[in-house]
Amino acid sequence: MDTSGGGGHKKGPGVKKSKKLSTRVDLTPMVDLGFLLITFFIFTTTMSQPTGMKLNLPKDTDKPEEQNKVKESGVLTLLLGKNDQVYYYEGTLAPDASNFKSSNFKEIRNEIISKKKSTDPKDFVVVIKPDKDCTYKNVVDILDEMPINDVKRYATVEISDVEYQLIQRTEGGK
Amino acid sequence: MPKVKVARKSTSIDMTAMCDVAFLLLSFFILTTKFKPSEALAVVTPNSVSSKAAPENDVVLLTIDKDGKVYLSVSDKNTSEKRAIIDAISTSKSLNLTAAQKAAFARANSYVGVPFSQLGGLLSTPTDDIKKIKMDGIPVTDTLNNQLVDWLLAAKTAFEGKKMEILVKGDNNSKYPSFQGVINALKKNDLLKFQMVTNPEAAPVGSELYRLNLEKKAAGK
Repeated sequence: MDTSGGGGHKKGPGVKKSKKLSTRVDLTPMVDLGFLLITFFIFTTTMSQPTGMKLNLPKDTDKPEEQNKVKESGVLTLLLGKNDQVYYYEGTLAPDASNFKSSNFKEIRNEIISKKKSTDPKDFVVVIKPDKDCTYKNVVDILDEMPINDVKRYATVEISDVEYQLIQRTEGGK
Repeated sequence: MPKVKVARKSTSIDMTAMCDVAFLLLSFFILTTKFKPSEALAVVTPNSVSSKAAPENDVVLLTIDKDGKVYLSVSDKNTSEKRAIIDAISTSKSLNLTAAQKAAFARANSYVGVPFSQLGGLLSTPTDDIKKIKMDGIPVTDTLNNQLVDWLLAAKTAFEGKKMEILVKGDNNSKYPSFQGVINALKKNDLLKFQMVTNPEAAPVGSELYRLNLEKKAAGK
């Protein structure tokens, strides 16, 4: 194929020259169209599939022999308050609430890690108590914190009145 | 010495190769794309490090919107289960739903977020008007009148012999009591395993999970 474009050789005076039309097509608009469609599909595509986070609930039981016994010293209780606040205490709550401390979602990880290090692994349990002012995001975040820190045993428990009042008092005092 | 002739080169480039690439990419995106199903309920889900994709079939989806209202829907492929659920609810709550109302529940993309007293009205509404209706949500926060218990009982019976996947899809800003109500309803029906819909997130650098993931990767190689 002659790709040199116009011209060509002179073929002598007697030969009638038929004009050779190029078979090439300008593909630029087609490329434009292709990329336009590509951008459309890139923007409409859903790349990240939602994931499912598994949660197993404990069976409610009234029989004391079926309830799981945990050593009180190995328990870390996390209380979720409003405005993304986390409160926590180790072991049992002291009557004067002296071991009741407040924290937030950024710092609670250090608390979980330090408690985990200082406790015998088979006694370590995290108890999560969300109160009625915390959001769903808080609950998922704190549940998510468990696999992050490789905590094997954890449970969500309903908050007791004493603890709720304590949170109310702490929040009110600020 | 003859002059060196500088060949004049054309400035136009051959577009064929570029065109090939463009259409190759285009066909790739067309084949892999999956359109987002238009969601009637706008819910912003929280993030988690979980990497397992949420199931799509045999799903009972409990949605909690930002006001803490609870909605129930069943995946579209399980039409027969949907019918069984609405039949059971209609009978057990003596709502006397008509065949048309039951069909409305069984059709694709249907969701329910009203107390039983308003269910008949909701199911009689044409599909196009459903989005305009302000639903009150299924009552869950009242322990004595947790209607989700009845819904889940019906669903559990309908999915008998099949693996029912319960998904809870909550909004970031919904308050805990609604979620608590959902959990209570699940517990009452002995449905102790469920999944929460979240957006994937990478494990924080330096955490225990990050280390475990690295170890797993190293072991796989």
